Amino acid sequence: MRTTTSGVAPNLSRRKFILSSAAAGGGLAIGFSLPFGPASSRAQAPLAADPEVNAWVVIKPDDTVVVRIARTEMGQGTVTGLAQLVAEELECDWKKVTYEMITPGQNLSRKRVWGDMATGGSRGIRGSQDYVRRGGAAARMMLLQAAADEWKVPVGELTVSDSVIRHAGSNRSTTYGKVAAAAAKLTPPDAKTIKLKDPKSWKIAGKPVKRLDTAPKLNGSKVYAIDLKLPGMLNAAVKQCEVFGGKLVSFDESKIAKMPGVRRAVKVNDQTVAVVADTWWHAKKALDALPVVWDEGPNGNVTSAMIADHLKTGLTSSDAFADINVGDALKAIAAAPKKVEAVYSTPFLSHATLEPMNCTAKITGDRAEAWVPTQNGEQALAALSETSGIPLAQCEVYKMDPGGGFGRRVTIPDYVRMSVNIAKQFPGVPVKMVWSREEDQMHGFYRPISQCRMQAGIDENGNLQALHLRVSGQSINAFSNPGAIKDGKDRRQLQGLWPEPGDAQIGYTVPNLQTEYAMRNTHVPVGPWRGVNTNQNGVYLECFMDECAKAAGKDPLEFRRALMKNHPKHLGVLNAVAEAAGWGKPLPKGVYRGIAQHMGYASYSAAVAEVSVNPKGELKIHRMVVATDCGHYVNPDQIAAQVDGAVAMGLSAMLYNEITINKGRVVETNFDSYRILQLKEMPKVQSVLAPTYDFWGGVGEPTICVISPAVMNAIFAATGKPVRSLPLKNMKVV
Amino acid sequence: MARLNINGKTIDVQVEPDTPLLWVIREQVGLTGTKYGCGVAQCGACSVHLNGEVVRSCGIPVSVVKPGDRIVTIEGLSPNNSHPVQKAWAEVDVPQCGYCQSGQIMAAAALLRKKPRPTDADIDEAMTNICRCGTYQRIRAAVHLAAGNKSAAAAIEEQFQIKA
Repeated sequence: MRTTTSGVAPNLSRRKFILSSAAAGGGLAIGFSLPFGPASSRAQAPLAADPEVNAWVVIKPDDTVVVRIARTEMGQGTVTGLAQLVAEELECDWKKVTYEMITPGQNLSRKRVWGDMATGGSRGIRGSQDYVRRGGAAARMMLLQAAADEWKVPVGELTVSDSVIRHAGSNRSTTYGKVAAAAAKLTPPDAKTIKLKDPKSWKIAGKPVKRLDTAPKLNGSKVYAIDLKLPGMLNAAVKQCEVFGGKLVSFDESKIAKMPGVRRAVKVNDQTVAVVADTWWHAKKALDALPVVWDEGPNGNVTSAMIADHLKTGLTSSDAFADINVGDALKAIAAAPKKVEAVYSTPFLSHATLEPMNCTAKITGDRAEAWVPTQNGEQALAALSETSGIPLAQCEVYKMDPGGGFGRRVTIPDYVRMSVNIAKQFPGVPVKMVWSREEDQMHGFYRPISQCRMQAGIDENGNLQALHLRVSGQSINAFSNPGAIKDGKDRRQLQGLWPEPGDAQIGYTVPNLQTEYAMRNTHVPVGPWRGVNTNQNGVYLECFMDECAKAAGKDPLEFRRALMKNHPKHLGVLNAVAEAAGWGKPLPKGVYRGIAQHMGYASYSAAVAEVSVNPKGELKIHRMVVATDCGHYVNPDQIAAQVDGAVAMGLSAMLYNEITINKGRVVETNFDSYRILQLKEMPKVQSVLAPTYDFWGGVGEPTICVISPAVMNAIFAATGKPVRSLPLKNMKVV
Repeated sequence: MARLNINGKTIDVQVEPDTPLLWVIREQVGLTGTKYGCGVAQCGACSVHLNGEVVRSCGIPVSVVKPGDRIVTIEGLSPNNSHPVQKAWAEVDVPQCGYCQSGQIMAAAALLRKKPRPTDADIDEAMTNICRCGTYQRIRAAVHLAAGNKSAAAAIEEQFQIKA
């Protein structure tokens, strides 16, 4: 297989190469004779052998276009969107477009020609769009050049559409499939000669085309990692010490040795034991019967009440750092004729991907393989190499489309390491490790818990003169990436409140403004959860804005608008949602509106909720109108799907979800206590796209942060009582 | 030993009698379209048809299944994605990650057998499976579409068409 990098490679020098240099070693060559299992259990087909015009585009003789995809597809539609972008520049027939996923080993062996494979931070499209479009355009130029060479005419005289190349002067035509082999032999064009289309002229991108990956999800034929079958495969069930930070002391394998199908009980790591058996059900039953001695360590008595007290100290402590400090907020509040103050709180949350954590690994001599439902294939590859001790070049990861990700499968490959540690003890045998739902709920990387103290000063005219915001809570970076914290200041926990434009900027200008964060860590592991810290900060800021508007005697929309003159994009999306929802127009009796806006992942979001609360205090959410400005947009139907998903996940969190801690461990161990929104509770969702066509923003995550505050503000409007603590199930609405 | 009729075929499996039907289907029979989500009959990812009724197979010990009982899994719903529910699901582009959709489709197929023209209230009552991706709005539209209720489906689809 040739390497075709010029003109289509992302700028790797500016990217942090996630594989450790020790693991990467010197030579990155790797063979392509990938030892897959039998066809029925294949993780991924080998890369298409038909003419590879460049790394992104393979064209078969029958004109089928295979677009290579590096990012993970976990339902968010990125595969289809990326293929649309490549096909748009390629000028091919969309009906003949298919795709294939590349593997981390293939990417590494070709000097990362496909760029970053990690799929988090809503970067799947926005982080890839430039180089995948260039890949499509370069392939088109090479295909046209091949036809021009064959016909001996200047390439400038050719036209192309839907994979058909024409030369009007000689009335000849050919197709991509016929010239692909010749095109593949050409030198790629100079990157400087590639001109990308104006997105306003797009014919495939920007359109609501159907997803490319739906059919196998309708008949059970799609193989998720949990479904993998390999010859001779064993199955493992695992149990980690229920108390975070506790240790495995011992286990009595003899008590389960004679149970059906059991092979062995094995130590996985310092806090985990596994039972390996012929089937997972046998492994699970034996694991439940296995006597295990744990050392629960110093955290065995921690409760949620203790954690709440710990966080409370951060609301008034002197150890916070200020990210924004304009004017003198505290002094201005003290002097203001009208003062508003409120304390809010949000809980730990688990991702609860419907496919629980799992991984299959096979370690044979000097070769290691893993089948991983991951958002971060290259990190999984590095984890496989590091944990197996086998050099990176002799490792391969077959990425399996995850049954939900939401951030759980992107930061720390804990489940990959565990799987490899088990497989190491069964050389040459593939071992599939599957977590039970209880294990998955009890050992996540949870959305961090926090509290927030908000104070405001309002002048005689009802204008917000001063705002002080103090977040106290756990830091994701302190848990998983301490190097990102500079001088003890973890700005990430103030995401969505940053002063600088571009990614997650606060949308208001307040004459006296102070935003602060006091770090209060716990023994509970934390990580990114769809929308990450924009969720909590969106609730805090946007609910408090409504409390301030009420104190000022102003309409919540007008109160916000007065602060947004310097934030035209925040204001634009707020206006779009207000117009679509008919803000200010009469509603049926008993129905009330709430509004919220926030920014994250370079996109602007706003929502209006319409709710009623009956005399028994029961809440009904009738409709949500949600507006998005993600700049350029690639597939509006998939954006609508992501908005739906944000509403469902946001409402689950707002209404029901919390991970509480008792005796140092998680209390909510399954869906009976961690209730997920059902269809009957899903409101009508109307999506409004308000594109400004001058930037590339994310889609999967930005919306969720406005869902809860819009509903909470509607409840405030309905009841007159502000909602300050989530989830709602813990409070009487009226 | 258990004798099962799955998707029209008689299959003998060597399992302990308390093995949940879900794990017999997945690990003994080898049909993996039926998913494990919770193991406590809360999420519905394991939904199959037992004598035409939708059931959550994770909570059914194989010993209670009689040899004459007819079990249909997602793989047996149609030979080629041609069941009206599968066609409607494709038309509306319902799935995101897809993991719950086998169960959702089986629940919808069972609903339509009982109520060929379900109301929204019927759909609310019958479709209790969890979708973590939040495809509920499209599920509702697709059930109406599968029932031939094009105007109800269109009214919902109107909601999720993005207004640029």
